[in-house]
Amino acid sequence: MPLTDADFAAIWLTLKLATLTTALLLVAGTPLAWWLARTAARWKGAVSAVVALPLVLPPTVLGFYLLVAMGPAGPLGRLTQAAGLGTLPFTFAGLVLASCLYSLPFVVQPLQNAFTAIPERLLEAAATLRASPLDTFFHVVVPLARPGFLTAAVLGFAHTVGEFGVVLMIGGNIPEKTRVVSVQIYDHVEALEYAQAHWLAGGMLLFSFVVLLALYTLNPAMRRQT
Amino acid sequence: MQRLISAVLLCLTTMAAHAGDTRIAVAANFSVPAKRIAEAFERASGHKATLVTGATGKFYAQIVNGAPFEVLLAADDETPAKLEKEGHATGTRFTYAIGRLVLWSASPGLVDIDGAVLKRGTFRHIAVANPRLAPYGQAATETLAALGLAEALRPRFVLGENIAQTHQFVASGNAELGFVALAQVAKDGRIGEGSGWIVPAQLHQPIRQDAVLLARGRDNAAAKAFLEWLKGDDARATIRGFGYDLP
Repeated sequence: MPLTDADFAAIWLTLKLATLTTALLLVAGTPLAWWLARTAARWKGAVSAVVALPLVLPPTVLGFYLLVAMGPAGPLGRLTQAAGLGTLPFTFAGLVLASCLYSLPFVVQPLQNAFTAIPERLLEAAATLRASPLDTFFHVVVPLARPGFLTAAVLGFAHTVGEFGVVLMIGGNIPEKTRVVSVQIYDHVEALEYAQAHWLAGGMLLFSFVVLLALYTLNPAMRRQT
Repeated sequence: MQRLISAVLLCLTTMAAHAGDTRIAVAANFSVPAKRIAEAFERASGHKATLVTGATGKFYAQIVNGAPFEVLLAADDETPAKLEKEGHATGTRFTYAIGRLVLWSASPGLVDIDGAVLKRGTFRHIAVANPRLAPYGQAATETLAALGLAEALRPRFVLGENIAQTHQFVASGNAELGFVALAQVAKDGRIGEGSGWIVPAQLHQPIRQDAVLLARGRDNAAAKAFLEWLKGDDARATIRGFGYDLP
């Protein structure tokens, strides 16, 4: 196979980034999605809109503002510098943060839909049986919302693997730190190394198809929709 | 639907028939001077020149695949030569500018005489255009090699996809300093803001930037007029004003 060490390093880095991002988003996205599914607060609409922003914003907008905000003069950059962490662009941590923002709706929205579909009376029944809210969540909500969790995890992971514009703008193309597969493919294409670009791009295509195929065939909720 | 299609077709044909238009692909480092030159050219000739800026390597791939450009102002001399050899350009290429490299920082006082800051290494990131893709990146790595610092500084490289992005990394302060084109930071031939060191030309291969009339511009009067204008005194003064050398 004509893949180089640099290509494998990019693949490994991408998988690491996507795994970490998905894990963080599942942890942070679950309470957010639960709140969005259950609340009657007036600013629910505003929060939903912010969550959905990465769906419609071009990655260049997100990338540009992240570069400025995380830079030495930006609000986030001042915060991280004050905490002794330096600035985040060109670091793996910076990519994780950017990916979490970028893939947020892909995790929160399936979870929110799954939570919304759970009838209120089931939760009330659990409460009358003296289940604590946490008990109810882990023993009633989570099993019922399992397809939602699966969809959220798969979409969050796949979308992060497919991230390009944001990484290009804040990554700085550093081997083993910020050079992910999509950037590596771009480099190959720009350098007119089409053979190597094909191997990686073809692999990406196959990977994405298999992931989505698995999602649509294995997940009962998705099967009903199609 | 059919009416819509014929309306679109009509628009396209009238656009093509409208004489005196030309579309010019411009290397990222030359975008600002090119804009200035095109404005003067339009005023003087009555032709219209539309500029598209980007990376020369990307333009190559687009031109080979039929992109609608009549002229290429490249960041190197290899790409126009290659296009000529492959029949995508006419045999008209000439060097319109010789690029000058500058080590630049957005903060005043950081980059000192002779770029001594490179040896002190008091920075986390140094932005360089990707040497695989950009002639200015190639020149930057040659310069560091000539100074004997290439290996020591490699771990601190952040690579811009082209010279415009490299400049953006430095201008936003995310990289403390970086190698950019003098034209990007020059005001009246000198470094405008921040601090910089104009790299002596003998530290790297000359960055010869060639222009060429592309195959699809062969019969385009505006495209040919633009290339003539580019060789003229007015354009040369503008080019020199941005810190480029001329052949």
